This record gives sequence, structure tokens and C-alpha cells, in this order.
Amino acid sequence: MIENTPAPVIKIRDLTKVFHLGGSNDVHALRGVSLDIYPGEMVAIMGPSGSGKSTLMNMIGCLDSPTSGDYYLDGLLVSNLDDDELAVVRNRKIGFIFQKYNLLARATAVENVELPLRYSDDPTNITERAIEMLQLVGLGDRLKHQPNELSGGQQQRVAIARALVNHPAIILADEPTGNLDSVSGQEVMDLLLKLNREKSTTIVLVTHDKDVAKQAQRTIRLFDGKIMEGEQR
Amino acid sequence: MYIRVLKEALTSILSNKMRSFLTVLGIVIGVGAVIGMLSIGAGASDSILGQIESIGTNSIYVMPGGDDEITNPKPLTLTDANALSNRIRAPHILRVTPVMMGQSSFSLGDSRIQTQVFGSYPEYTEITGLEIAEGEFITASDVDTRSSVVVIGPDLAEGLFGRTSGVVGSTVRINNFPYRVVGVAKAQGGNQFNNPDLQAYMPITTMQLRVTRQTIPDQVQYIIIQAQDSQSIDLAISEAQQVLRETHRLTPRQGNDFTLTNQEDILDIANQITNILTIFLAGIAGISLLVGGIGIMNIMLVTVTERTNEIGLRKALGARKGDIMLQFLTESALLSLIGGIFGVILGWGLAQIVGTIARNSGTPLIPVVQIEVVLLATVFSTLVGVFFGWYPARQAASLQPVDALRYE
Ligand SMILES: Nc1ncnc2c1ncn2[C@@H]1O[C@H](COP(=O)(O)OP(=O)(O)OP(=O)(O)O)[C@@H](O)[C@H]1O
Ligand SMILES: [Mg+2]
Repeated sequence: MIENTPAPVIKIRDLTKVFHLGGSNDVHALRGVSLDIYPGEMVAIMGPSGSGKSTLMNMIGCLDSPTSGDYYLDGLLVSNLDDDELAVVRNRKIGFIFQKYNLLARATAVENVELPLRYSDDPTNITERAIEMLQLVGLGDRLKHQPNELSGGQQQRVAIARALVNHPAIILADEPTGNLDSVSGQEVMDLLLKLNREKSTTIVLVTHDKDVAKQAQRTIRLFDGKIMEGEQR
Repeated sequence: MYIRVLKEALTSILSNKMRSFLTVLGIVIGVGAVIGMLSIGAGASDSILGQIESIGTNSIYVMPGGDDEITNPKPLTLTDANALSNRIRAPHILRVTPVMMGQSSFSLGDSRIQTQVFGSYPEYTEITGLEIAEGEFITASDVDTRSSVVVIGPDLAEGLFGRTSGVVGSTVRINNFPYRVVGVAKAQGGNQFNNPDLQAYMPITTMQLRVTRQTIPDQVQYIIIQAQDSQSIDLAISEAQQVLRETHRLTPRQGNDFTLTNQEDILDIANQITNILTIFLAGIAGISLLVGGIGIMNIMLVTVTERTNEIGLRKALGARKGDIMLQFLTESALLSLIGGIFGVILGWGLAQIVGTIARNSGTPLIPVVQIEVVLLATVFSTLVGVFFGWYPARQAASLQPVDALRYE
């Protein structure tokens, strides 16, 4: 590379996604998206419902494959990978935070946070490492609680601990504050901001909330499967 | 690491106890039935083998009739028995007794009992191991003089006299002819189909004279031979064969018109029956485990559907196909192993109950729960879980992460 800026951690070129619903009912969820996100950035994605935000996040998170276009994660062309290699990429490089927390209902906070470690290549001391993460998100006194014994904000913080425990390169958060009131929503945001600032973790988050988006360094607006003019790069 | 997978599987099974219970019921009943039946079968064959062994050691039975092509087999007679007793012709034969059997009516006062009488030589006790509780068995002079004496079983004594001791010297009537009781046999135990304790014994000569009407002079039902020792059984058999061929005047081209069976042959037959029983039980086991396995497969498919979201989440967090497979296979294997363990307990209980009922009704039966069978049943039921869990686990493993996460 001849550029003096660092290489983007996420590099997307002309990405499209078409859902075939049978017959001529094709849904064009993404219509040619190109996007670079650099290490240590915190980027917000906004846009009306159905504009393709979640679809884009799924592509970035290697949960789904595009209809066409290229996606490089940390310089790696993702479309060349098979299912198990994708699983490894998700485990090592990506931390997910979902709107609905998605915790295992019958497992304690610690067991939930242990989960990514169990699928990693270093399954040692996993309980200690999980506890450390829970302490980091301020839940050191809720280790043995099950999700139904925790508030929404606390559950989302468990999810954040789970996303962080493998020290991924990027954190993907699809409406992380969507189910929370403004106070606990802000607690979650503060946590993400702190991570971004202190550990320079790359964070991509989808939100409908302007106040949330404002706290990111950059906002990308999606409209009908495309990034709006002036935002593209 | 695997301990966590096991713990998760157990948590999942226990989180829906009723459903898990109903799911493994097929396995429980299948394994229970097999363990129960095998234990009873083993107990029964032990008691059969015990009875066969009590026939007496080193004994050989001679029955009339032999190879199929013999059209007119000669009956066995006292002459045959006496020829077999000849030490010079058959040096490895220790003792011989001919046996006649017949139904007779015993009476004493008002009591009247129809039962089986055996006519034999005094050697009968040594050869068959029959023990005398009181008095003595028939003697050689009883045989020579055709004395009207009888040895009765303890149940027969009880039926006639109302007691089993102090009856020696009394007189009973057999087919309305008076006999003196000279001995009472020791109790051997039996069942309603075959009760040796109800039988009676008298000199074979007396039996010929008074009990059995004979068309062929000196005919006997069978002859029992005792070999010198267990090593000389085969020699005794070939000597007996030689002697009987001579007394029956068989030409070298004719086959035997009698059959020699030793205790080992009878044991072989008993073992063969036991083996057939075992194969039959294995068949039942197979079918019930198949049905149980299908039940497990069914519920595992439901579980996979219910937990689609969880599978999506695990995949998002980095679970590979193999991890998901392992998780669901562990769950189905554990489910079916638990079923197997409960089945073993159920089977053990059933065997004990049947054994108790059998003993209370007079059949000696101690169920034998074999450790190999228990191990086999648990291993096998685990394998059933793995086999029938395979398809659901594959379904789970091949789910696409987005689809699984989006699934409502
Ligand atoms: N699996 C799918 N099958 C069919 N259509 C789909 C699928 N996933 C998404 N879509 C369609 O693609 C379009 C974009 O959906 P997407 O979920 O990305 O929207 P979004 O921007 O996240 O909306 P929201 O803000 O409501 O979450 C929608 O029209 C949606 O119906
Ligand atoms: Mg969405």
C-alpha cells in the first residue's frame, strides 16, 4: 500500500443483496454499497425502517453472504471462506450486540459471557476471563444471575461483556439501545464510548436515535439500500 | 471443556422434565423389559441347570429308538440292563438301573392320590443322587423277591399320612394292593407341572408283576448308566453302544435302535434353548429401542426448531458446525442414557418381583442381573441416542446463522 493512512478494517465495494421471495417478488435490500471503516473509528448507521441497515450489518458480521460485491475484513476477502472459517472469523474478529440482547435464558451471566471463549482456540481460564469482563461492564455483583433476574440495561451490559471477551477487532451493535429507556441506553452508550476511546475498539452501531448517533465520530445514512450522496467514501 | 457441554445438555433435559420423561419412556420400558426378562431367563436357566445337574453326575440315559431309518426298534429290556452291568463287557460302566414308569393310585383310609411310580434297581439312588430322609431305599433282595415295598416322596407322605416322618413301616395300598413303606425321600422342591416330591419308587420286578401290564416281557422305559468317572463318559458310551448292538443283534449296516444321551448333551440342549431365548429377547429389545429411538429423534427435531434462535446466536459467537452437532448429539445421547439407566432399575425391580412371586408359589427362581447385560444396555441405549440424534443434530448444525437469528 502506498497510502499513508492505515488500511481500513472494513472495506466494502459495490455490495448488493437481493432476497428472492419466489416469483418476481425480489427484494433489493442493498443496491451497491461501498464503504471503508478504519481501525478505532466509531460509526453510526441511520436510515428509515427497511432501508437495509440490518442487512448491511449481517454482511459486515459475516452472518450472511452478499449477492454480489466484495467485502474485505482486516484485509481478508470474506466471500472466499467456508462456513467453519466464517465461524472462526466471527469468533476472533467480531463482537455482536443485539437489540434483544440474545442471552441464553437458562445460563448465568458468567456462563453467557464464557460462550465465545468456549468456541475460541484458547479455552483456558474462561471463567476468570468472563468474570473480568463482567466487572469491566460493572456487573461484578451479578455474576450468578440469570437473564430473567436482570434489568434490560444489565442484560445488555452482559451482552457487551460477551461481545468484548474475545477482544475482537470490531464491535457490531444493531440498535443496542432500542429496547432500553434513555438512562440505561446512555449507560450502554457510555460503555461503548469508553471502549472506543480507551481500547480503540472499532464500533459500528445502527440506531434510530439522533442523540445516540451524534456521539459517534461519523454517521452513514442508508436509504432504500444505498448510502446517501455525500456520505459515501 | 466437554464437561460444560454435558452440563448444558443436562440443564436442557431437566428444564422440561415432563417432556424428557415422556420422551425416554420408550427406552425405559424397552431396556426394562429386556433386563427383566434376561435376568429371569438367567435365573430360570440356572435353576434348570441345577436340576439337570441333580440328575446325577456322569450319568448316561439310554432311550429306545434311534436313527430314523430303523423301522422296528427293539424295546429296551431287563436283559439289556443286565448285559450293560457286565464288568467284563463294559469295564467303564460303574452302575446300571433300568427304569419303568407308571401312574398308580395310592390310598390310605379315605385319602387317595394318583401319582407316578418308578420301578428301578437299588442303584437308582447312587446314579440319580436321590436322597432318603427316613428309612432306606429298596434293596437287591427286594428286587430278587419282588417284595411289596415302596419308597415315597415327602409330598406324597404328607398327602397320605398328613406328615412326612414316622411313616416307615406303615402300609399303603397301591392299586388296591398293600405295600409296606420302607423309606421317605428327601424333599427336592418342584412345581405343579413336575413335582419329584410326589413320586414313589419300588423294585422294578414288583412293578412288572403288579403295576404295569406288559405286552413285551421285561420291557423297560429307559436305562440309566453311571460311568466310572467324568473322564470315562465317552468310553462308557461306546461300550454301552457295543453291548446294546450285540444284544439287539444289529448287523454292521444297521444303525442304532437306541439313543445314548449324557448329561452334557442335555446341558447342550438347555444352553441352546437359552440361546434361542436370548436371540428372541434381543429382537424385542431391538424393536423397543427402535421405537424409543424414534421418539427421541422426534423430540430432538422439536427441540432444534424451538432453539433455532439459540443456534443462530451460538453460530454468531463462533460455534462451528461440529460444535452444534456435538451439543445436540450430547443431549440426545444423555437423554437416552438416562432412559437406559431408569430402564435397568425398572428391569431389576421387575425381576425381583417375578422372582418373589415364583418363590412364593414354590418354584425356586433367583433372578440373576448380569453386570455385562446392564453395561450393554446402557452403552446400547446411548448409541441409540447418538444414532437417532444424528439427523436432528445435522439439521441444527446446517442452519444458516442469519436465518436462525431472525427466526421467530
Ligand atoms: N431474510 C429476508 N428475506 C426477505 N426479505 C428480507 C430479509 N431480510 C430483510 N429483508 C428485506 O430487506 C429489506 C431491508 O431489511 P433490513 O432488515 O435490513 O431493514 P432495516 O433497515 O434494518 O430496518 P429496521 O430499521 O426496521 O430494522 C426490507 O425490505 C426487508 O423486508
Ligand atoms: Mg434492522
